[in-house]
Amino acid sequence: MSKKRLIQGNEACAHAALYAGCNFYAGYPITPSSEVMEILSYEMPKLGRTFIQMEDEIASISAIIGAAWGGAKTLTATSGPGFSLMQEGLGYASITETPCVIVNCQRWGPSTGQPTKGAQGDVMQSIWGTHGDHAIIVVTASTVRDAFDMTVKSFNFAQQYRVPVVLLMDEVLAHMRENIDWPEPGDIEVIEAKRPADVKTYKPFANDEFLPFGHGARYHITGLAHGAEGFAVSDEAAARELKRMVGKVQDHVRDLALHDRYLLDDAELAIISYGITSRPAQSAVDLLRAQGIRAGLLSLKTLWPFPDFLIDEVAERVDTIVVPELNMGQLVREIGRAAGGRSQVIPVSRIDGHLLTPAQIADAAVAPFATSAGKVVRS
Amino acid sequence: MSDNYRRFLRTAQLPHVWCPGCGDGMIVKALLEAIGELNLDQNKIAVVSGIGCSGRTPFILDFNTMHTTHGRALAFATGIKLANPELRVFAIMGDGDASAIGGNHFIHACRRNLDITALVFNNGIYGLTGGQLAPTTPVGKRSTTSTMGSIEQPFDLVRLALGAGAGFVARTTSFDHKRLTSSIKRAILHKGFSFVDILTSCPTYFGRMNDVAEPYDMVHYLRDTSSPLHDCTCGETDQPKAEVMPTGIFREEERADYEALYKQKIAAACGKRSVS
Repeated sequence: MSKKRLIQGNEACAHAALYAGCNFYAGYPITPSSEVMEILSYEMPKLGRTFIQMEDEIASISAIIGAAWGGAKTLTATSGPGFSLMQEGLGYASITETPCVIVNCQRWGPSTGQPTKGAQGDVMQSIWGTHGDHAIIVVTASTVRDAFDMTVKSFNFAQQYRVPVVLLMDEVLAHMRENIDWPEPGDIEVIEAKRPADVKTYKPFANDEFLPFGHGARYHITGLAHGAEGFAVSDEAAARELKRMVGKVQDHVRDLALHDRYLLDDAELAIISYGITSRPAQSAVDLLRAQGIRAGLLSLKTLWPFPDFLIDEVAERVDTIVVPELNMGQLVREIGRAAGGRSQVIPVSRIDGHLLTPAQIADAAVAPFATSAGKVVRS
Repeated sequence: MSDNYRRFLRTAQLPHVWCPGCGDGMIVKALLEAIGELNLDQNKIAVVSGIGCSGRTPFILDFNTMHTTHGRALAFATGIKLANPELRVFAIMGDGDASAIGGNHFIHACRRNLDITALVFNNGIYGLTGGQLAPTTPVGKRSTTSTMGSIEQPFDLVRLALGAGAGFVARTTSFDHKRLTSSIKRAILHKGFSFVDILTSCPTYFGRMNDVAEPYDMVHYLRDTSSPLHDCTCGETDQPKAEVMPTGIFREEERADYEALYKQKIAAACGKRSVS
């Protein structure tokens, strides 16, 4: 029988990284992510693994990319201001198809903002923060156990698809404690990158096979547009390579689109949420059901590549989609686009550094239908 | 000396991008000769560069090569070296690359003391972007962003590295092939972080902007503005004139490198685990 442990989101993340075989961590302290780093600084030497505190976040992400090509499974964790600095490295990781994981414990921004207040303001930055079209995977977590699972899955995605994976947590999840079932080895699948069968003919950008430096093949890595062998290309060849890289994640959206459903099958109203906001959203479903409204929840764990097909299924069936977010409306735009006018899409926003309550989400859901008598009318 | 350096070249990637008269090719030849003379394993060498003219070096070298982002070569190199300590890691940087945008990484690499060899191709200007002012441009020298002459005090990279705690610090020039090769060899043999500041020529931009446009004149300029101080410690008594850059070995002191210290930490942590 599995053990129970009362732990924090950041602790779950750190231990999950070890569970996934992470053997290189480089980072720079920043609230509210620092516990990930502190725990790994203590735990990694015990396992013979490498931890290093770098001079800033640019150095941290650069070091984990270097370490990945040195043969390590690599992680860094940060928060808003540090994540902004990491955009340069994210672009390099994407164009060099480097497997690596970046945890961003979101805090209220912009800039220094409110370092100890949670937010979901970095969704668009995670997807589009680095310049140019690029391949990236963005996932979230909403419970402490989820933080564990999604950390392991972030490593899996990074290894399978050879892309940087951003795990979006937030200050509340980072510091919240829950009693979780502690996964035993084997409970969660751990996936390693494919190795080439023949190292002599290895081309670093021919496919998803990954062979680190020093294993018999000598090759070149660059942030310039490049072909299968790693040397610079331009024009049509550059366009072809970019399409291939972006296609790597976009063409596998159905495999990547992790999500949870709650009472969605008979729903006439859907809440679509992600991260910490999925918790009050689930309670809001219960509140609405108690009022006689058949509400359901689609909780997205993978935010990018954007799972249009999931929104599509929901928009076909419900009249109303409610999108609660701890920002001024970021993912709601993608959801609105995917819904394509088939459902009314209602954003619910909270930006004072506190969580949305179930009642706030439920009230926002029924507000458009409330009559002057206060009675909810459904079509 | 032989031409055994040729086996380290990716000849299919030639010609290189450097201008006629550029000193970078001479540095690369010296580097490859040093590697050849020390019989280093070609498969276990990683060469990491930043962005700029110097950044194009790895393209033509038949090692494990990585052309990274501007200023970050040492941060990437840190990851590579720690993940695979078997690799001999070289970081090749330009002067702007290493001391402007990458200045923070440079000083921390000196302090941290990983077993990495850092070479700065120091031509006192930004070449690849078209001749702008660098943190190493001497006072009064012109560039496309200091057309009336620089008013900024330049960085002395040797003093910067010494101050930041690097264990091996040398300076030489690209025209002094013998000293250049031997400095690089000593840097490679040094266990811990080693740094060679290599003064080199950019006739295309530095030269044309500063009345030394001919490659031949640029070599003379390098000769006249540098002065070999054999294994000097640069004490108070042998201070060179301000406009002259001393060359030589400024420090060669071994101290425990990061990897050795980290191994001790692992051993201690594993000991602790077995007790608990």
